[in-house]
Amino acid sequence: MLTIENLHANVDDKAILKGLNIEVKPGEVHAIMGPNGAGKSTLGNVLSGRDGYEVTQGKAFLSGKEILELEPEERAGEGLFLAFQYPVEIPGVSNLEFLKASMDAIRKYRGEEEIDSVSFMKLAREKCKAVNLDQNFLKRGVNEGFSGGEKKRNEIMQMMMLEPKMCILDETDSGLDIDALQVVAQGVNSLRSPDRSFVVVTHYQRLLDFIVPDYVHVLADGKIVKSGGKELALELEEKGYGWIEGEVA
Amino acid sequence: MSETMNFIDQATTFVSSHESQSKTQWLADFRLQQQTRFSQNQWPTRKTENWKYTSLNALQQANFNQPSQASSTIDESAYAIENLNAQTLVFVDGVFDATRSQLDIDSNASVCLFSEANEKQQALIQNYLGKASGNSSNIFTHLNGSLTHDGLLIHVAKGQTASPIHVVHYASSQTQAATAQSRHLFVVEDNAQAAVIEHFASVESNGNSLFNQLTEIELGNNAHLHHYRLHLEDEQMIHLGAMHANLQRDAQLNSFHLALGGKIKRIDIEVNYQGSGAHSDVNGVYLTKNRQHVDYHTNMEHAVPHCTTSEVFRGIMDDNSKAVFNGRIHIHPQAQKTLAELSNKNLLLSNKAEINTKPELEIYADDVRCAHGATVSQMDNNALFYLLSRGISREEAERMLSFGFINELIDGVKHEAIGAYLRPVIAELFGNQQHLAECDL
Repeated sequence: MLTIENLHANVDDKAILKGLNIEVKPGEVHAIMGPNGAGKSTLGNVLSGRDGYEVTQGKAFLSGKEILELEPEERAGEGLFLAFQYPVEIPGVSNLEFLKASMDAIRKYRGEEEIDSVSFMKLAREKCKAVNLDQNFLKRGVNEGFSGGEKKRNEIMQMMMLEPKMCILDETDSGLDIDALQVVAQGVNSLRSPDRSFVVVTHYQRLLDFIVPDYVHVLADGKIVKSGGKELALELEEKGYGWIEGEVA
Repeated sequence: MSETMNFIDQATTFVSSHESQSKTQWLADFRLQQQTRFSQNQWPTRKTENWKYTSLNALQQANFNQPSQASSTIDESAYAIENLNAQTLVFVDGVFDATRSQLDIDSNASVCLFSEANEKQQALIQNYLGKASGNSSNIFTHLNGSLTHDGLLIHVAKGQTASPIHVVHYASSQTQAATAQSRHLFVVEDNAQAAVIEHFASVESNGNSLFNQLTEIELGNNAHLHHYRLHLEDEQMIHLGAMHANLQRDAQLNSFHLALGGKIKRIDIEVNYQGSGAHSDVNGVYLTKNRQHVDYHTNMEHAVPHCTTSEVFRGIMDDNSKAVFNGRIHIHPQAQKTLAELSNKNLLLSNKAEINTKPELEIYADDVRCAHGATVSQMDNNALFYLLSRGISREEAERMLSFGFINELIDGVKHEAIGAYLRPVIAELFGNQQHLAECDL
C-alpha cells in the first residue's frame, strides 16, 4: 500500500528526515513512535505535500504510484488522508460545504459521479453520530470554536466520509481525554479493513491500547531505528526512549 | 480640476435654476439653505484629505439630466429577496413606482413621500430633515439637499415594532449618462423597533449613470433599527451617497453595508451619539474586481459618555481594482467610558489590486477603551493546505476561503433571508460554485 524508500527531507534547509524506510501492506496498522524532534510530524507533512517541506532524496509509493511529485489535492485523490495534529479553524466556511466540496473533488478525481445532496446529508448525519458530534457542527465554520477533542473527532469524521485507503494519524491522541480517545479509536477501528491501511504517529503508548497496531516503529533522528510488534510500544512506555538511543549508538 | 468643470457647471446651473418649480414652501426653504452650503464648499480634488484616494475624474462624462418619469422596462428579479416578508417600495431612477410597490397598512410604520405627507408627517420632516447630516462637509450631501424636491419618510411611532421595509432603488437604462438622486428619512421614536433594507440595483452596463442617495436616521430613546444598505448596481455606475444617524439615549443601530464595485462608489457613514448608553454595530463588505472602485468613509462621533461602537469592515480586491476604507472614531472630551472597536481586514487577490485603509482615532477623553486594527493580506496558507489535503483544487480552495472571509460577516446578519439572498450573489463573484451557497441542513 505505502512504500517509503530512503526518504530525506529538509525544513528550512535543516535535515529532519535522514533515510526513512517503511513498508505498509494493505490492511495493516503501523505505529510510529519517537521522542520529540525525531521527525514524526514531518513525515505526515512530507507525505501529504505541505509547502516548506523539501524532499531531497528518496521516494514514496502509494499503491505503486510515486506520490511525492503530485500536488497535495492529487495525493488526496489517490487515497491519502492526513488527520492533522492541529486542525485549522476556517470561520465562514461551513463544515458542510467543506465536506461536500471535498467529497465531490475526490469522487471527480476517481472518475465517479458527484454524490447527490440528499444522500450526502444522510451520510454526513450518520458519520457525525458515529463520532458523537452534534449535527449542528455541520452548519458551523470548519473547526470554528471547537474544543480540542471536537476537532480531532471532526478529523475522524472526515476520514469516514472520504474513505481513503491510506490514513496517517498525526498525534491524533495529543490533548484528548480518555473518553474522546475512545471515540476516536472506535472510529478508526470501524474503518479497519483488508484494503485500508493506517500509520498512527504518536508520542504515547496509550492510544495503542485502543488502536492495536500490527507493527511498531521507533523514529529517532530522522530514521527508523527499531521495529517490532505491539509489545515494543509497552516496552517504550516502561523504559522511555533513552534505552533505544543507547542501543543504536 | 478643469476636467470636472463640465459637471460642476451643470450642477451649479441646475441648482440655481431649479427653484421656480417648488410647491411646498418649507421644502423650498430647505433647498435654499442647502444651496448656500453647496456653494460654500470647495469642489473636492485629490488634494482634499477626504478624497485623497478617490478621483472624481469619471464625473466628466456624467451628465446632469434628471429623469422625471419612471421607466417601464425594469427587471424585477434584480431586486427580489425571497422570504423577506417585507413591504416593498420601489423607486425607478429616483422616482416612486407605485405599481411595483407593495404597501402593507398593518406594518406599524407610517410611510410616505415628502410630497404626499400629511400635516403630522410634514412636521416630522421639517423637524428632522438635514439634521443628522448637518455637520457633513461632503459637497454631495449639499448637492443632494439643494435638489431635494421629494423624499421618503419612514416613521415608527413610540413603542411600535414595525415589520421590515424593503426600499429598492433601480436604475434603468434611461439613466445612462444621467443623474438620479433621492433622500430617505427614517424616524424611529422612543422604544420603537424597525428594519429597513436599502437596496440598489440596476440594468447591466448602465454606463456613466450617477446616483446620489442620502439617508438620515433618527433613533429616539431605546429605539432599535436594523438597517441594511446593499449596493449591487452595475460596475459602470457612479454612486456618491451617505448615511447619517443620530442616536439618543440607549438607542441601538445595527447597520450592515455591502458594495460591489462601480466606476466610483463612495459612501459616507456617520453615527452621532447624542444620548448615553447608545450602541451601534456597523459592519460592511466591499468586493471589487476589473477596474472598479469603492470608497467607504465612516465616522463615529462619540459626543456623550457610555456609548459603544463595534465596527467591522472587510474587503476583497481583485484584478486592477481599488478600494478605500477610512474609519474615524472621534471621542469628545466629555465622552467618558466610551467603548469603541474598529477592525478592517482586506484580502488582495491580484498584484495590481489596491487598498488604502486608514483607521483614524481621535481621543480627547481619558477614561475610554478603544481598539482598532487594519490588515492587508493574502491567503492563509494553513487553511489553504487543509483544504488541498482534502482533495479540493487550489483554485476552488482559494474561492472557498475568499467566500468564507466575507461570509463570516454575512452569517452575522440578523435577517436570514438577506444572508440567503447575498450568499449566491457573492459566490457567483468568486466563480459561481454551487455548493458554496448551499449550506442548509
